[in-house]
Parts: sequence; structure tokens; C-alpha cells
Amino acid sequence: MRILLKNARVIDPSYGKDSIVDLLIVDGVIEKLGSNISAPKDIETYDLTSNIVAPGFIDMHVHLREPGFEYKETIESGCLAAAAGGFTAVGCMPNTNPPIDDAGIVRSIIERSKNVIGGIVDVYPIAAVTKGREGKELAPMMELAEAGAVGFTDDGAPVEHAEMMRRALEYASMMNKPVIQHAEEVSLTRGGVMNEGFVSTTLGMPPMPPVAEDLIVARDIHLVEYTKAQYHVAHISTAGAVELVRAAKFRGLPVTCEVTPHHFVLTDEAVRSFDTNTKMNPPLRSNDDVDAMKEGLRDGTIDVIATDHAPHSFDDKEVEFAYAPFGIVGLETAVGLAMTELVETKILSIINLIEKFSVNPRKILHLPAIRIEKGEKANLTILDPSLDWTVDTRQFKSKSKNSPFDGRRLRGKAVGIINNGVAYFSK
Amino acid sequence: MPLASRHLLGLEGMSKNDIQLILDTATSFREVLERPIKKVPTLQGKTIVNLFFESSTRTRTSFELAERRLSADVVNFSAESSSVRKGETLKDTARNIEMMKIDMVVMRHAAAGAAHFLSNVIGANIINAGDGAHEHPTQALLDMYTIREKFGKLEGLNVCIIGDIAHSRVALSNIYGLKTMGVTVSVCGPKTLIPKEIERLGVDVFYRVEDAIKVVDVLNVLRIQLERQNRPYFPSLREYRQYFGITRERLDKAERPITILHPGPVNRDVELSADVADSEHSLILQQVLNGVAVRMAVLYLLGTGK
Ligand SMILES: [Zn+2]
Repeated sequence: MRILLKNARVIDPSYGKDSIVDLLIVDGVIEKLGSNISAPKDIETYDLTSNIVAPGFIDMHVHLREPGFEYKETIESGCLAAAAGGFTAVGCMPNTNPPIDDAGIVRSIIERSKNVIGGIVDVYPIAAVTKGREGKELAPMMELAEAGAVGFTDDGAPVEHAEMMRRALEYASMMNKPVIQHAEEVSLTRGGVMNEGFVSTTLGMPPMPPVAEDLIVARDIHLVEYTKAQYHVAHISTAGAVELVRAAKFRGLPVTCEVTPHHFVLTDEAVRSFDTNTKMNPPLRSNDDVDAMKEGLRDGTIDVIATDHAPHSFDDKEVEFAYAPFGIVGLETAVGLAMTELVETKILSIINLIEKFSVNPRKILHLPAIRIEKGEKANLTILDPSLDWTVDTRQFKSKSKNSPFDGRRLRGKAVGIINNGVAYFSK
Repeated sequence: MPLASRHLLGLEGMSKNDIQLILDTATSFREVLERPIKKVPTLQGKTIVNLFFESSTRTRTSFELAERRLSADVVNFSAESSSVRKGETLKDTARNIEMMKIDMVVMRHAAAGAAHFLSNVIGANIINAGDGAHEHPTQALLDMYTIREKFGKLEGLNVCIIGDIAHSRVALSNIYGLKTMGVTVSVCGPKTLIPKEIERLGVDVFYRVEDAIKVVDVLNVLRIQLERQNRPYFPSLREYRQYFGITRERLDKAERPITILHPGPVNRDVELSADVADSEHSLILQQVLNGVAVRMAVLYLLGTGK
């Protein structure tokens, strides 16, 4: 593999690089980095004038559905969707069937991902905290970590019980892995289908109060304070939870969090359409919560943008709102939504955006840092910040098309990735 | 002028003119119901299916009677006992309805938004006969009709809906409809059964029946159920009756007579004491009669596009 990228704006926040240069990549390694690199013979050359080359993006919250729900998504279709969305890596969630609570499953997921476009997308399994994700016994966490799991979560559901959470934090900290919590006090959300507030009242929908998220985040932060273990809040969605994380960070606790694009773009007003693609867990919240997400992103309280990519088939979603499964796909819209709603609006700089899509999540999962320098492995995401495009779910590489953003006009897109000696361009 | 929509999914957003039209049309059907021959040929040749995913003998009977009095062909489909997953049932049923060339569907369903869902997947006119705790528009229309019949008007009246507001489709439809018609609306019940931010719909909230009774012309009393998925909404039916039950004694403290409505079936001596239910101020039986007329009006207006 020999690729020459011309006139690209290379941004690497890890050493403050931001300049327009050429990059010569040979066999997956950055061989040259500088101005006016002349093209050797028989080399693929891309003119990236006005495009950005950034360290490869990772989506640390993806439901790949395999094994068990291959009609919704497979490792292959999920990796293709990741590549199309500009991600060179994904963290995949354990709520498969069987769940990722066994070292063999961790190894087989990693193995299978290596066949997709030459293994361009690194798949990092995030294994279950408890056996069967049932909340009763700890999963074999050391064995799972040794097989390649980069973190632990029972996502799809919370780790409900305080003692289980305490022991999971302590145990995972021996391996220097984060415990990732789907923060939901389920006794408060039982039967609920949307955020509790004025909209749920006017629609007569069973509600999920935001305090259910706040309670678990607050409890867990107390446990972090007690255990000093690393903790990450998945898909944070309430103003209250953001405030709790802000305060925990202020006290120097090892607490981080991620937000999904839908939680900083949409409010529960969207549910008025009864479109089941507005049903997710945590649910779309109020305008004040959306403002809190943006402020949290801006001031650094929210470390990561992750999608909670949750594919569901057309038939799964083509039912009454109450009976539809929670979740939407996100891999192929995340970068465009973030660039449109955060960068264009000046809430984040492009450098901040790169930190939240690449630098920060890799730190949280203790993955090797990416450096765009001579001699380093090329793990890159290419962005076109001024590309105007329209989301068309029919073009998605994901097997599932369950997105509320179909038809939405966006500015800015990931147009290609390079990783593991393979390049993929989607423009 | 026909109604603005070809479906009746709810009263949220329905114009004053449309509500007026339905109530006025119901008045003429009410006269039909007093005749010796209570049948008109208006919907001859139309086929209506009553699709009830939840049992509700009263509402279904009322609709069926209204349909037959308009000479429509009626098919009853009750799916409560169906063992298939509920979502599949509705979608598959909808497809079958399309094939059977049915003109109108009257649906009762446990999920909020189900009627909207159905209106998006089939071409027939849809009448929502109750979707979860969302709306039950014909119930609210018949409540309004009954109030108008008694007072000769709606505007300027004061109506309180009392009981389990949070799980009531009757409450929401009444709030939407009554507000549009210029009625002052309040809700009353234990705080646990008043949904969040309901004040933003422009209603007052009372937690003490005594406070509500001071200001209202009409009390619309909702049926109360203790066993709501075994959740702790209030301590006991005994305590509910004690503090929220509508009794003769409570009503006697009001300065003016208060008219009583109830969507039925009444839990006698729980939310409503027997002597109040049977008193001259209770319009519960008129509601049943008016229900048929109002449903005839809705079926007529949607079925003929007039
Ligand atoms: Zn989750």
C-alpha cells in the first residue's frame, strides 16, 4: 500500500500540530510528512485541499449485534458502517446473545473483524460486568481482559446493585480497565417509554424521569470516591448527571462520560411524531438538558462523543411506539451531526471535536495513542468540513436504517479512513 | 364545511369550529334516537370495523349501536385474547383490513399513539376509541355535549376532572376539548396521579377536593384503580374515598349545585358515593345516551366527508 495525501490540514492535538502538509504512507506507516512531497511512480495520490487529516476516530459505544441478532447488524456490516462514518475503531457492547461474558466470544469478535476490508476497523470488545448481564455474579473479568476486552459494562441495562458495582470497580481497577455504566435507576423507569416532562404528559406516554439517571450517577460517584477506581458514564443525557460529573472531576475523581449526537441535537419534542426512531434509552430529554450537553461538551465535562449505535430492523421498529425497541443507528451520522451542531455553531473547535472522537476515548480505554508523525502507524480519519450533504438512510452501510435523521441537511463529513495498511474513501 | 381531518385521532389541535360541528350534528342525531324508528340510511354500503385490543364493552357497544343506526355494515374484531406479540397484531391486522376494503376503523388500543400509527399504514378513516393514556376523543365530545345540553353553553363554565389523571385518556381529551371551547379546566387528585407539568396545558391543579368544589360547575369523576401494576400511587381505596371520594356531604358544602359526570363504569362508594351517582345532579345516564348520538355524528361526518 502506497498512498500520497496532498495539501491536507493535519491536526494532531497530542502534540499541538495543525498545519497543511503532504503525507506519504507506505505499508500502513507514515513514511514522510512535509511540504511538496513529490509522488513516486504508481502511487495513489489524493488531493486533500481544504480537508482535515486527524488521528483515527473511535466510537466507543456500538452495538454490533453479533452474535445473536445478525438480522439487525453483523460485525461485517457494523464495521462497514463504522468505516463509512469515519471511524477506524469501535468499542462493541456485550448485550449480544450469548453476551460477551466469555473469553472465547471476545476473541472470536476480534478475529471476525479482521476480515472486513482488510481489518481496517479495530474492534475492541467491551465485556459484561456480570455473567449473562444478569447482575448476580461477576463475569470472569481478568480472563476477558486478557482476551482483549478493553472495559466492562452491562450496557443495555445498568449494574443495579450497589455492592456489585463496588466490587466491579475494585476488580476492574486491578486490570486498569474502566467500568462503563448505563445509568438508570430501573425502579423509577419501569414501563417507561420516553422522558418524563410536559411532552410525556401531553402524549399520555409512560414516563422515564431524568432523576433515574442522576441517582445512579450520584451513587456510582460515591463508590468511585470510595474505591478510587476508573468509571465512565455511558450516553449521559441529563443536566443533573452532567453537573454530578463536573463536580466529581473538580474533586479529581477518575470519572469520565460520553454523550450521543441525538442527545445534543434532539429533544423529547421529537416524540410528538410518534416516530419510533425517536425512542431510545436514555430517552430524548428536554431543551434544558440539551443545553447542558452542549455546555458539558464545551467546558470539557463531557469527554467523548459516542453514538450508542443500536441497529434494529424495519419490522422491529414498525410497531406502536410503546412496543418498539429502544435505540437508533448512529455510526454514519455522528461526525456530520457533531460538525454541524457543534463546530459550525462554534460550541467546539475542530481540535476539541477531534479530542472527543479520538484522543479522549482512546485514553479512557487505555488504547495506544495515535501520533501523526514520521515513522508512526497511519491511523487516520479524513474530514471534509465544508461538505454539504443530506442523510439518506438507504445509503447506509449498516444493515439497519433506524435513524431519526433521514433527510437532514448536514455540513461536514468524514470522507475516508486509513488504518492497518488499508484505505477507505466514501466520498 | 367538512372536518379538517379525515380521522378522529384526538382533540389536541382540533378547532373550535370542528368541535362545534360535531356537537351540533350530534344534536340532530339525538332527535333521531327519540324517534320510533331509530335508523337512518346515511352510511348504507359502508363497512366499519370495531378493532378492540382492550376490552371495553361500553365503548364498543356504543359505537356499534351508532354504526347500526346509521345503517353501516359492522365487523367486530376483538384481539384482547390474541397470543401473538401486540405490535405484530396491529400491523398484520392493518394489512388484512386493507385487503377487506373496510371504510372506517374504530380502534381501542393499550398503546399511546396506536391510532396515529394505524392512520399512517392504512387508507381507511380512523376513529380513536382510546389509545393508552393518550386520548379518547369521543368520550370527551360526549362529555362536552352533555354539559352543553345541561347548561346551554360551554364557554365560561368551570370543570374539574378528578381522579387518576396520569393514566387517563379521558382527562387529556377533555382538557384539550374544553380548553378550546373556552371552559376553565382544573384537575384534582393525589399528587402521585397528576402528571408532570400539566399546568402548562393551562389547567389549575387541586390536591384537595374541597378546594375544587368551591369553584366548579361540573365535576368529571374518573374511575380509580388501586392495582396499577402494583405501584405505590396511594395507600388504599379506603384512604382515597376518605379524601378524594365525591360524597353528598362534600357536595352539600358547595354554594351552588354541582353537576356530576363519570365516564363509567362507576366504582360505587369509591370515587363516587351511590347517593351522588343516583342524584338529580348526576348526568351519568345521559352521558350513555348522548354517547351514541355523538358517535353517530363523528361517523357521519367522517364517513360522508360532509
Ligand atoms: Zn445503554
